[in-house]
Order: sequence, then C-alpha cells, then structure tokens
Amino acid sequence: MSLLEIKDLCISFGGLQAVQNFSMSVENNQLYGLIGPNGAGKTTVFNMLTGVYKPTSGSIVLDGVEIGGKSPMEISKCGIARTYQNIRLFSNMSVIDNVKVGLHNQIEYSTLSGIFRLPSYWKQEKLMNERAFELLKVFDLEHQSKNLSCNLPYGKQRKLEIVRALATNPKLLLLDEPAAGMNPNETAELMNTIKFIRDEFNIAILLIEHDMRLVSGICEQVAVLNFGSELTHGNTDEVLKDSRVITAYLGE
Amino acid sequence: MFLKAVRSSTKSKYSTYIMVIAFFSIAAILVEAGVLGSLFKGLLIPMCYYIILAVSLNLTVGILGELSLGHAGFMCIGAYVGGVFSILTKDVITSSLIRFPLALIIGGLVAGIFGVLIGIPILRLNGDYLAIVTLAFGEIIKKLVQNFYFIKDVNGLHFSFANSIDPSTIDDVSKKVILSGPMSISGIPKDANIFIGVILVLVTLFVIMNLVDSRAGRAFMSIRDNRIVAEGVGINITKYKLIVFAVSAFFAGVAGSLFAHFSTVDSTKFDYNLSIIILVFVVLGGIGNIRGSVIAAVALYALPELLRAFQSYRMLIYAIILIAAMILNNNEKFLRFKEQFTFKRLFKTKHAKEDA
Amino acid sequence: MSFLSYLIGGISLGSIYALIALGYTMVYGIAKMLNFAHGDIIMVGGFTVFTAMSTMQFSPAISIISGIIVCTVMGVVIEKVAYKPLRNASSLSVLITAIGVSYLLENLALLIFGSSSQNFTSVVTFKPWHINEKLVISGETIVTIVVTTIIMIVLTLFVNHSKPGKAMLAVSEDKGAAQLMGINVNRTISITFAIGSSLAAVAGILLCSLYPQINAYTGQMPGIKAFIAAVLGGIGSIPGAMIGGLLLGVVENLSKAYISTQLADAISFAVLIIVLLFKPTGILGKKITEKV
Repeated sequence: MSLLEIKDLCISFGGLQAVQNFSMSVENNQLYGLIGPNGAGKTTVFNMLTGVYKPTSGSIVLDGVEIGGKSPMEISKCGIARTYQNIRLFSNMSVIDNVKVGLHNQIEYSTLSGIFRLPSYWKQEKLMNERAFELLKVFDLEHQSKNLSCNLPYGKQRKLEIVRALATNPKLLLLDEPAAGMNPNETAELMNTIKFIRDEFNIAILLIEHDMRLVSGICEQVAVLNFGSELTHGNTDEVLKDSRVITAYLGE
Repeated sequence: MFLKAVRSSTKSKYSTYIMVIAFFSIAAILVEAGVLGSLFKGLLIPMCYYIILAVSLNLTVGILGELSLGHAGFMCIGAYVGGVFSILTKDVITSSLIRFPLALIIGGLVAGIFGVLIGIPILRLNGDYLAIVTLAFGEIIKKLVQNFYFIKDVNGLHFSFANSIDPSTIDDVSKKVILSGPMSISGIPKDANIFIGVILVLVTLFVIMNLVDSRAGRAFMSIRDNRIVAEGVGINITKYKLIVFAVSAFFAGVAGSLFAHFSTVDSTKFDYNLSIIILVFVVLGGIGNIRGSVIAAVALYALPELLRAFQSYRMLIYAIILIAAMILNNNEKFLRFKEQFTFKRLFKTKHAKEDA
Repeated sequence: MSFLSYLIGGISLGSIYALIALGYTMVYGIAKMLNFAHGDIIMVGGFTVFTAMSTMQFSPAISIISGIIVCTVMGVVIEKVAYKPLRNASSLSVLITAIGVSYLLENLALLIFGSSSQNFTSVVTFKPWHINEKLVISGETIVTIVVTTIIMIVLTLFVNHSKPGKAMLAVSEDKGAAQLMGINVNRTISITFAIGSSLAAVAGILLCSLYPQINAYTGQMPGIKAFIAAVLGGIGSIPGAMIGGLLLGVVENLSKAYISTQLADAISFAVLIIVLLFKPTGILGKKITEKV
C-alpha cells in the first residue's frame, strides 16, 4: 500500500475548474516531484493535501486513512507537514519558539499545568527544549536559537521552515518551491539537505519545483500538471524527456 | 542549557513582581508619612484594577493578536455580579475576609463565561470585524445592565427589564432594592483595600505571564503571527482563542468586582470610551509587553490626575502627548535615536565578556 | 399610519448615518485605516454652523458653506499631520492616533464652547408637510432624505466615472500598483479625506437640525453607529455604507417606537452581530480568501 494515494481529485472555484481528476501515489521514503508551468494547479493540490482547501470530489488517503476534506489541524496530526512558496515563519517569535510550536502536538502538557508550573510543565518543557535544540543542530541553526526568526538571512529562514515542519513528526513532507531565489551553490546544498532529510528522518518528500536541476538531481518519480490535469507521470528521466512536457513549458 | 533559559525568563518575571510590590509599598509608606497627599492615596486602588485590565487586554490584543474594543463590558459584568453577590450575602457571610474574595472570584467567573459565550460566535470573524463586534457587545452589556431591575423581598428575588417592576408584586415592608436600572446598585460593602489590590495584581501577573511563557502561550503567538500556518502545524485555533477570551474576561471581571467594592457603580461609565482608554494603555506600554502594560497603566492613569493643575487644558495636553507619542514611535529617525539610550547597549559589553 | 411616520423618521435618521458611514468606508477602503475621529468632524461641522449663525450672524446658506469648508480643510490637515506619518505603521498604531485626534477635537470644543449643550437653530426653513391629519413629516426630515439621496447619487457617479474617482478605486484595490500606474496616491488619499469630511459636515448640520442640541460629545454616538453601519454593509463598500446606514436608522427608530427607547441601541447592535454571524464580511462585503 502506498503512503499517499490520490484518486481523481477535483476542485473548482466558482466556475473555474482548477484541478481535474488528478491521481498520484507516493511510496514511503520516496522523493517525488510535482512539476508543471505556472498556474497549473500545483500549490492548489498542496492546499488540498493540507486541508486549506476542500476538494469538490476525489479522495486522498494517507497511510490507509482518508484525509480529503479534513481540517488542517487534523491532517497535521495524521502526519503531513509543509513549507510555503513565500516563507511563512512566525516572524515575531524566536527561532527556537518556531520549532517548539512545531513540537506542540509531540510534547504536551495541559494549559493549567503551564499556569501553575506543575511538575509536568518542568518535565515536558525540558524535553521540548532538548528536542528543539537537537533539530536546530541538525541544520546548523542552534546558535541563532534566541534570535527573532524574521531577522535571519533568507537561506536560514527557509531551513527554519523545514525544521519546523519536521518537528511535527510527519510521514510526508511537502516542500513548495524550496529552491526559489537560490543560486546554483545554494541549490546544490539544498539537494543534499533534502536527501539527508529523507534518509535521517525516514519520511517521504513531495516537492513542487521549477528548477529542473534539482528535480532531475534528486526526484525519483515525477508527475506533471498542466491546466489542472495530469499530463504524465513516471521516472524522472523519462518524463523530463517527454516532448509533451517540454511543449507544456516552452509552448508550441 | 535549559536551566539557563529558564533563569532569564524567570528573572524577568520576578523583577516585574518586585517592581509592583516595591512601587505600592513605597507609595503606601509615602502616603502614610504625609509626603504624598490623599489625592494620591485615592489613586492607588484604581491603579490596581487598571493594571489588571491592561494586562488582561494585552493577552488578547498583544499575545493573541485580536483587537477587542469591549473589555469594559467584562469589567461591567464583574462589577455587577460581584456587587450583587456581596449585597445578597451581607447578612449570611458577615466576614468580609471570606465574602470579598468570593465576590471577586464569582465576578471573574461569570465574566469569564461571558468571554467564552461572546468568543464562540466571533471566532470566524477577521480583524476589524471582530473589533466592531466586541464594541457592539460591550455596548449591549452596558445597555442591558442599565435597564435591569433587581429587587429582593420576603417572597424572594424579582427582576425584570421593564421600566419598573409592578409594585403590587413587591412587599413594601421587606423590599430591598438591589439594582434599579439607571439608578444602579446601592449598598455594596466597601471591602476593597490596597493590600488585596496588590495581591490581585500579583495573581493576575502570575497567571498571565506564566500562561504566555508556556506551550499555550506559544500557541497564542503562532495564531497571532500566522493563523493559517499555525493551523497547518496542528494548533487547535478554536481552543486557544477561547482560552484567551475566557482568561482575559475573567480578570477584567475581577477588576470590575474590585472596582465595585471601592467606588460607586455607574453603568454609563462602562462604555467603549473606557475600553479605548485601556487599549491606549496597552498600546503605549508595548503590544505583547506585559511589564509595559503595568507601567503604562500606572503612568497614564496618574498622568491626567497629575495634570489637574492645568485645569481644563489637561485632557487637551493628554491628547497631544498621545498623538505625538504614536508618531514618534513609528518614526525611523526617532527610533534609531532611542536605541542609543537603551539598557541593552550597556549590558551588551557585559555579556560579551561573559560568553568569551 | 404612525408606523409610516416612524419608518420615514428611521429613513431620515438612517440617511444621516449613511452619510457618516460613507466617510468611514471610503477612508477605510482607500487609506486602510479606521478613522475614529470621523464622528467628531460632525461635531465640528455643527459647531461651525452654530458659531456662524449665532455669533457671526451669517445667513443659513453662508453658514452651511463655511461649515463644509472648515470640515473639509480640517479633514485634510488632520490626515497630513497625524495619519500620513503613520502610513506604514501597524493599523493598531493608526487607530490609537485617531483616538488621540478624537480626544483633541472633543477637548478643544469643550474649551471653546464649554460643557453644557447649546441650542441649535435649524437651518431648514421648509414648513412641515401635512400628508393627512395623522401623518406629519417635518421639513428637516424631508430635506435630510432629499439631500442625502442626491449626494449618494452624485458620489456613486463620481467614484465610478470620474478620473479622481477611479483613482480612488484603484488605490483601494492595490496601492502599490496604482502608484506604478502614475496615480498620485497622496493626492487621492487627501481627496478621500476631503470628501469624507465634507459629507460629515453635511451630516452634522442635518443632525443638529433634526435634534437641535449640540455639545462637544454630539458626534460620538452617531460616529460609532455610523461605524457599525459601515461594517454592517461591508466596510469598504460604498453602496454597503448606504444600505447599512439606512438599515440601522430604521431598526433604531422602529425599536424606539415599538419595543423600548432605552433598549433601542442594544437592539441595533444586536442586529449587527446577527448579520455578521451569517455574513462575516457584512451585507455587501467582499469575501476575502487568504491565498496560501
């Protein structure tokens, strides 16, 4: 059974059919790419996967559980995490607090315990602090833990967003254009980072990207979206050589 | 590593507690010694409830990020519920040491319940719409209370919203008017004192500062910074918004109950003007800055009183100061100028030596 | 028959709320701020006309014109001095500044005119219209309804068909893009404040003619109610402000007549809450879906 099974997913806004009959499956630990020209509906698919939009029809099954139409909070608990096209950190919170919010459902104690500083507060906060630092260390961010997240340089902000997503202990990580705004060096580093995440954290990663170097470099499988429906999918090398895909990007 | 982080946030909290205790102790001593006149003495208990109001509003506005313009409504509920409770139990619970704290708690609880009740329908509304609805609720509460009649007699309790209760249903001999519409409440025992006031302030600070510096507090702030992302990361928006509304309203109710046992209760005073005055305290003290709310509440409440010397010009001067403060605080040149004089700069060198 | 007279009274009151609400909604739509001092401009308009007629003995026509001019100038000056420096600040900061301006205006009025209410001589010289023995409509009511209807028609035409009007629409959609298209944003915002303030002046004059008492706080409650009317109709929407104002005025007047004078305000506010429960952005408000 695949980790993620999308079947005949559809959504329309008003009269506009944004996504039609989209189907896809992602296996455990797979690096999967979702590509297509701008406006094809890729972020819309992500939004449906994370509960921001409710699909008009179709099904999304994660690890055997139907999640289509569920709320973002429930889906997060089921095990999907994401990053955003334009980085969305909690800008007025510190770097480590951003990660701690990610750990909200992993390490818990009651609100009352927090107010009256009961033993569970001390125990769990210590645990949370340690776990948050561990995660930050993995990505070289532990020295900026107290800094305000909006003061980090762009590249580190992107990393922090990924750390926060990983903190939620997902089975599937969605990355929305992670290489946006990066130069070739940074992109190469990102490719290693993504592979490292997949190996270290044992998760599947689905990413939207326009940078074909990154897609061909790390994605094992790729699906192509054009005008809301799937053009083709399969092994990365074959798909990228497909003339229909090239036409979709470059025009006739 | 963890203990170091704890120490710095605890240090900040304890310094706030000490600041409050020190301020009120010194003020009380100076008043007793005659250095500060009785005018100032009369300001001390109001300072207590204004601090509680400002801190509780900052939880909603600064930490959760929702603009509430109806805070005075919760104060009103606390004042009336607490006051009526004291009147009704005056003969049963004769010791004010038991009755007064109960009146405070009950006033707070009922206000807190209203906070949740009002919070539920407004969950879906965004920023400015939420603000206007809270303003509307505040005014509705004020109007309802203004037209509420509550009379106790030998047959029990009577209440109504009508212009007056039909006199034939009331036994004249045993009747005791508790609440008569616009004439409000009379007969609340004046149990408030500065000692209880300061204790209430410390309790409020303890609860709210601990709440903010905890898992729930981080949830609040994540909702403030980006609601959609917070939801995507698994935060239960509804639960945490309602917690904030409940806690914020609870303390406003406690402040109201304290007020009712200190001064005459007049429902017309619990209007949006009061809500706005508290909001000004919060903004000037620093959004999200709890200690700032304490300082701002004290300073800005005392300021017009101290400007009494200027008679009719004092509110005008206050208005000009307010406008100037907002403009300066958002002016880049002024902010850079201000940074030269913060304590941070002085401590920067000290810490650099420590870390080296 | 009396229902009809209450209804007409409600429409008249509602038209005044609509005039004030228009100023709120335009400023919100274009400058993205809640001008809490707007209600006090009403009071300024009323007092200017009062001073012009009683102290300076000007004719009603000249007094009205001077009232409108004073308010318009004041609105533009306030914007330049107090709001423009805060264009990029948080909306909360701007709100507090507006509150400061409101305090300023109220206390200036207190200083100049004292705290007791003054009697206002109505500027309307029309005699009441006796439709039949039971239904009498005062001259003030007629003038209010006619004037506000004309103003609303003119305003709608202006906003949709004139160059500055279309500039206002552009700025309200996207300030940055409007600027790139060569629109002078500063001037557009000033025009918006000028129009809003002149409408408030007219509203103030009509209000004081209908309820002939004026003091420093006369503008407060109508200001708040107009704010509610603007939100009710969908803040930022001009037709919304008109609908919201009329609706609020009618509900208030009918509540006063048939339920209770004291609870009339509470009922109007409750209507707002109920409407927002079903339409969270107001009757004609745009549904804003956040793009992720």
